[in-house]
Parts: sequence; C-alpha cells; structure tokens
Amino acid sequence: MSLDTVSIAQSTPDNVQPFAELGLKPDEYARIKEILGRRPTSSELAMYSVMWSEHCSYKSSKVHLKQFGDKAPKSDALLVGIGENAGVVDVGQGYAVTFKIESHNHPSFIEPYQGAATGVGGIVRDILTMGARPIAVMDPLRFGPADAPDTRRVLPGIVAGVGGYGNCLGLPNIGGEVVFDETYIGNPLVNALCVGVMKHSDIKLAKAAGAGNLVVLYGAKTGGDGIGGVSVLASETFGTGGSTKRPSVQVGDPFVEKVLIECSLEIFAEDLVVGIQDLGGAGLSCATSELASGGSGGMQVSLDKVPLRDPSLSPEEILMSESQERMCAIVEPSKIGRFLEICKKWDVTVTVIGEVTDGDRLEITWNGEVIVNVPPRTVAHEGPVYNRPMAQPAYIDEVNSQKVNVPMPNSAAEIKAAVLKLAGAPNLADKSWVTAQYDKYVQGNTIQAQPDDSGMVRLDETTNLGVAISTDANANWSYLNPYQGAKLALAEAARNIATAGARPLAVTNCLNFGSPEDPAVMWQFAESVRGLADGCLEMGLPVTGGNVSFYNQTGSVAILPTPVIGVLGVIQDVRTRTPMSFTSAGLELYLLGQTQEDLAGSEWAFLHGQRVGQSPTADLAREMRLIELLLEGNAFFSAAHDLSQGGLSAGLTEMVLRHNVGAVISLSNPAVDLLSETPGRVIVAIESNKTSQLQALATKYSIEISKLGTTGGDSLTINESIIALSELREVHTSTFPRLFG
Amino acid sequence: MRVGVITFPGTLDDRDAARAVVAGGSEAVSLWHADADLKNVDAVILPGGFSYGDYLRCGAISRFAPVMSLVIEAAGKGMPVLGICNGFQVLCESHLLPGALTRNSDLHFLCRDQEIEIVNNTTAWTSSYKSGEKIVIPLKNGEGSFQCDDNTLAQLEGEGHVIARYVGQNPNGSRNLIAGITNARGNVVGLMPHPEHAINELTGPSAQGLGFFTSILNAMVK
Repeated sequence: MSLDTVSIAQSTPDNVQPFAELGLKPDEYARIKEILGRRPTSSELAMYSVMWSEHCSYKSSKVHLKQFGDKAPKSDALLVGIGENAGVVDVGQGYAVTFKIESHNHPSFIEPYQGAATGVGGIVRDILTMGARPIAVMDPLRFGPADAPDTRRVLPGIVAGVGGYGNCLGLPNIGGEVVFDETYIGNPLVNALCVGVMKHSDIKLAKAAGAGNLVVLYGAKTGGDGIGGVSVLASETFGTGGSTKRPSVQVGDPFVEKVLIECSLEIFAEDLVVGIQDLGGAGLSCATSELASGGSGGMQVSLDKVPLRDPSLSPEEILMSESQERMCAIVEPSKIGRFLEICKKWDVTVTVIGEVTDGDRLEITWNGEVIVNVPPRTVAHEGPVYNRPMAQPAYIDEVNSQKVNVPMPNSAAEIKAAVLKLAGAPNLADKSWVTAQYDKYVQGNTIQAQPDDSGMVRLDETTNLGVAISTDANANWSYLNPYQGAKLALAEAARNIATAGARPLAVTNCLNFGSPEDPAVMWQFAESVRGLADGCLEMGLPVTGGNVSFYNQTGSVAILPTPVIGVLGVIQDVRTRTPMSFTSAGLELYLLGQTQEDLAGSEWAFLHGQRVGQSPTADLAREMRLIELLLEGNAFFSAAHDLSQGGLSAGLTEMVLRHNVGAVISLSNPAVDLLSETPGRVIVAIESNKTSQLQALATKYSIEISKLGTTGGDSLTINESIIALSELREVHTSTFPRLFG
Repeated sequence: MRVGVITFPGTLDDRDAARAVVAGGSEAVSLWHADADLKNVDAVILPGGFSYGDYLRCGAISRFAPVMSLVIEAAGKGMPVLGICNGFQVLCESHLLPGALTRNSDLHFLCRDQEIEIVNNTTAWTSSYKSGEKIVIPLKNGEGSFQCDDNTLAQLEGEGHVIARYVGQNPNGSRNLIAGITNARGNVVGLMPHPEHAINELTGPSAQGLGFFTSILNAMVK
C-alpha cells in the first residue's frame, strides 16, 4: 500500500475511501471533509473512524449523560469529575481515591480469556493514568443460562482471564457479581472496576501543555493486535448473517503491565510528567488526540519512531493498534533524562515520538511526510452527537399490567424446599468456584471481599482509614421499569457499603444496553440515565465517571437493560466495620424495613420463568435514613447484611453458612416474608441487651423493625421448617462445581 | 536484625513480606534483583508473585538475577533464606531446594484459607511453632503442586526435611501433601502458602503466620 499523505489528499480529492467499512456513516465522512477542507488521508480516516465510534465518542449517549453534570449534587468530595480517565474523590487525611468501571463485553464473547484479561488491564491503566496506585479490582459478570453449553465455554475463560491478569498484577479482587440470564447468551457482560489511591497533590491529567515538551511513548511495543477493534468490534452488532469484520482481540501481558505500573509510579513520585494518557481503545489515535485536545492543542508526532513488534505495520495500523500495556506521557525536556533512567531500571521500552507545539494542529509524520494534520479537538472531543429516536417499547405496558403468578410455599416441607431451591439457584449459589481463582489477599490491605456485601480495603495502616465499594444491578427490575431499576441499583449499592459502616461518597456506572439504533433500547437507556441522575441528586452522590456499552444484542434480541452501579464509601477505621454475619449463638436478629409483596422481578419469579409485574418504587429518602441508621448502629451491631436478590431466604442462607452458626426464625407470613424482594431491607444481629438502642435508632430514623429470631444451633429453622446447615451448605456450594467442573 | 526482601520485576508480595518482617520484630531491607548487593542483611526473603511473568517456568529466569548468586552463596554459608510461593519456585530453580512446583492438579489458580501442619520446627523459620501445630494461612497460586522423584521424596521424608503439610484434602496435588520443605542445614525454607498474609485477623484469616517471622529472631539469637 502506498503512503497517503496530506499533499496527495489535496491533489486527489475524488479518491474513493472505505469510510463505510470503517464504520463511518456518509454524513460523518462528509463532516470530516468539511472540517479538513479536503478529503482525509487514510491515516486521518483511520483516526476519525476509531475516535468517532460509539465506544470512543459516546455519540448516542452524550445527550443523556450530560444529566450527570446538570443534576450533579453539590459535593466537596469531588476533586476530578467526568471527562478525565477516571473521577477522583477526596476521602480525607490527604488521600484521594479514584475509581471507575468499564465494559469489555464483545471481546470477551469472542475470546473469553483475553477479552476479560485485557478488560482488567485497561481499567487498571485508566486508574494508573490519574496518578494513583491501583489497589483493588472488582468484576461484575453476566452470562447466558448457567446450563447452556456456550456458558461452559465463556464463563471459565472469563473467570480465568480476570484472575490471570489481576492476580499477576498483584491487585486483590474484592468482589463483583455473577448473574445468569438467557439474554446474555450471545452477549456476556464483563465489567471491570478498579480503585486506586494517591495523595491530593499527585493527581495527573490527560493534557499536553507547554510547547517544546516531549511526547513520550513507553511500555510494550506496538503490534497488530486489536486493530479496528474499537470501531468494528464495539460498534457493530455481530451475529448471524451480520458483519464478518472480526479483527483480533487484543492479547494482554500482565507482567509488562505490572512493570509499567511500578515504573510509572516511580516516575510520578518524582513529578516527571506534565500530562499522561494510557493507550486503550483506539490506541495512539486516542492518546495523541486527547492529550493534544486537553492541552493547548498543538502536537507533532513522528509515527515512524514508534517501536514495533511487527515491522510490516502500516501507519494507519499503527495509529489504530490496540496493543496493550502502553502509556503516553508529556515530559519537560529537562526531565527526560531521569524519565529514561527510570524506564531503563524497569526494562521498559521508551521512545520520544514527538513534541508539543504552540500551534493548534495535531501533525503526524511518517518518515518526514505529513500523513495527519487535524484540529485535535475535532477528533477527540467534538465527534458527532446523535439525539437518537426513542420510544417506550410495547412490552412495558404488557408486562406491567400482569401480575406475578407463582406457587407460594405453605407447609413446612414446601418452605424448606423453597429455601433450598433458592440457595442452589445459580444466581444465588455460593460463588467460591469463581472467587477462589482470584487473589484477594495481595497487598495485605483487604478487609472485606466477596461474599461480603461490599469489598473493603485499608488505605492507611496507621490511621486505619479505608474505602468500601459495591457494584449492583437488578436487570429484572430495569426491564420492568428502567427508571426505577437504576434508582434501585444505586440504593442497593449504597446500602451494601453502609451495612459495613462505610459512608457512601461517589458513584461510577457501567451502562450495558442493546443497540442504540433501536428506539426501544434507546428509551431504556434514557430512562436508566434519568433514574440514575435523579437518584444521585437526591442521595447527594456525585457521578464521577462511567462507561456505556451499546450493541449488546444478538439479532433483534437485546440484553436486559443492565446499568451496573458502583458506589464508593469511606470508613474512618476499618477495624470498626460491621461484618456481614455472626459468629456466636444467642444474638437477636432483626429485620430493618418492612416486607411488601414484591415478587415482580424477584429471583423466585425468575426461577418460575416470569418477568412481569411492576418493579418496586425506590424511596430514596427512606434509603438515606436507613443508611444513617446503619452508620450509627455500626457502633453496636454484631452483624448486618443487606437483603436483595433472593430476599430474606437468600440473606439468611448466606448469614448462617458464613460461620456455620444457625438461627431460629419465626415469620408470620413465611412465603412472602422469605421470597419477596422489597428494597431497603437489612438483617442485623445484636446482643439482646442492645434491643432498646436499636428501637431508639429505628424511631429516630423512622425505619420499621421487626424481630426475626435468634442465632444458634446447627440448622436454619424457620417456623416448623428445620434445614440442617450441612444440607443447606451442600445445596449452596455444589451448584458451581457441578456446572463448571 | 536485618531481613532483606527481594523485589524482582513481577514480584507482588514484597511489601506484604516487609510488613510481616516488621511485625515479627526485625528491620525490613529492600533488595533489588539487579543489584549485586545484599546490604549486610542477616536473612533474606524471596516473596511471592510472578517474577519475570513466570515465563519459561516459574522462577526459571529469576534464578539468574544478579542478586541470586549472592543469595546462593550466602545460603551456602548458613544465612536463613525463606522463599514463599514464587520464592519457593525460585529456590527450587536455584537448586537450593530439591523438587519442582507444577500446575495445580485442577489447573485453576486457587486462593483460599488453608490449614497446614508444621511438621519440622527446627528450621530457622519454624522454631516459633510447636511440632504438629496446625495453623490457617492463605494459599494462593496456580502452580503449587510439589513434585519430585521417589528417591528425593524418600530422602525429604527420611531426613525430616518436610516442614509443613496441607491438612485435609490435597489442594493442588502435591506429593505427600507437602506445603514446605527445608535443606539439610535447616536455613533455607520454601513454603507454598503465604504466612505474610496471616499476621493479623484484620487482613488475614489469622495471625498464625507470624511465627515464621519471629522464628528468625530465635535463629539469630542462637
């Protein structure tokens, strides 16, 4: 292929270019020509096509996402908001924490191990790029039916990939989700969250300021992996009879990334960079245009200086390559010597590929010939914006008007059978088969991890300051009512960290949906964003960043709307946390919150093949009172456990099995009490002499409480039903080994 | 008492090992794989991780690091050396200890709280324990299955060089449930599970791993 330069582009305005194959629409191509005043060179076309893809440009979601800014609650904690690689919040004592969640769904379906592994690698680099040391990861995962043959291919590969990469980086995996539903069969969801910590003064931003400063590429060499992955993989539906464009999924090397992390942190500690950006989706196209766009605007890059793994790569391919484990830094000339020294110490390949200029163009040359000359903002930040048509889907009224009709247990035998059925259901069964493949101990600061309600890590060994994080989604509720579903997921995530005694502080999100070109999906998306933005405003929690994953559908079947919400909170002293279960007999168990007949969207309804009815309505004012109660009660609660999927039945199962201490429970309406999933409920265990303290808190915060029973024994006894812990454990723990070996 | 903790590229548990050294009452000294300098330490720990990405074989590249030739020399003179997990693998590759660590029998990475029994409390790293004492510490690795030929196994067993065994079901297929071994002199110990992650109940399953780091003080006092 001959080199297409700017001068050739000027002299051959009528050359036919493959913009459609690169995923650009005719009007988008026309706009590029208008911006440049000529046809783009092939390299420019490559850059625009990847940067204007749905994945990079958020072109379908932008108009909705701006609500997170418009409705942002006033928060003193937010140090860096949406738009940077990850948001940063102040957690006190001079510490800042950055966290973000991202999807790597499509690659993980094609190549489960590498897709999931590079998903972890990408989000970790985002956190590193902010100047923070990554300290933990979490991974909400969703799969097709647990017993589907393809799930046996996809799930073990994804779990091994998450573990293989994260373990090798030395990042404890502190939680996540594993959920099964048939709509995910061709579209598994791999969402990866990373959290990092730094001092306030260490925050780094993606900007290239100061003419004469050097553009430095360091980390792995550039190869042919993932070329076009962003624009093609992430923006086109793949499936039967669809596109055949399936470029290779990126291949990760966690060892290189681990070295890159340590090398970068040493560079940051000596304050050697002006700006920094990781190379993720859209590789160098993204990093150079975002850095230039974030700074004064001018940058000159000699693309031929980029170290290559495959010397046959064309300039277009180098610009689009998504080779992993690469970073791009802006360095003052006076500091480059030390920068190179540190890279040498860590055996990290490093190359000066260009410099910041005082112009306003991003100019890229190939052996002296200009192949890119663009205003960087038009590539990075001023891509197309679509206000896509949306319409409430017909199914909404239909399912909302129906009532859940499922068998409800009555006799002692039926109650026992129902508890066991839920305990062994794939969505609720013990997840040790998964989590045992993840290192949760490395770094020595893990206080809580799955199966706790939230993950918790210590930030400071002297003061015991810590953070807790939970990620939650209830796609069944989001399907029935996406507005409420998003609010309910937010409330659940916040509650999950408050049960441990951590105060919710900030929100991240990963919004997984079908095709935005389907008005019904777009409506689900818009309603979810509106719900989350309204919820965050009401709860006073800023959204610090997030990620949108569209086109999660096979043919015309979209996944359930799945907004995964992550909430981060602070705990002043991790030693004071409330554990999720009890270790002794004779404690009293209370239910905080009142159980209604909320079976719509419940696990019990799901197990009976029903996804109808009306989702519960989020009462966030009440949720906030409950959170305050939990934080105050942390002083004397022996245990606290959130109730969500599987309701009281699942909550009790998890509590009694955790430390093998049973409970005797008395319920007036056992079927509904056990199976309903009314939001805003928590089980707490207290010593019997603390009853009046709990009563006082309940009155203070206007939360209904009721006594459930007492702890002790070697069974879970519910009215006349006696379930031996050994039997319950066998059912709870055998599901995953049976399904996945 | 100065205990060196070596960092190879890809080492992960170095900060944890240093923390445990301090908790055990010694001073932790960072050692860099590329330095031919042991900084006058009295003992050395090779921590867990994936040194050099575990490429080729676990520990196979690290054994050639400049610092390792000093470690091998010092070990020969009796300096206490503890290799944990990846460090154990490096010690085997360095021929300071016999045998090899291979992939777990179920081929999965396994992270869990593991009960082990200390069966030799006469080494530099286990003297704080009673013989037969059972402790729970984290096990986390993908290649933790201890293998050796029959003669080596007979020798290890016959001369009391097995220092710890897994209790209950074999977690990874190790021969004779071996979790850790020592050399004839008792100064070099390799252990697959992680005592440095069990120095308090806040961040570990127990504080029962601390004994490895207090034992070293006894070894020096002698």
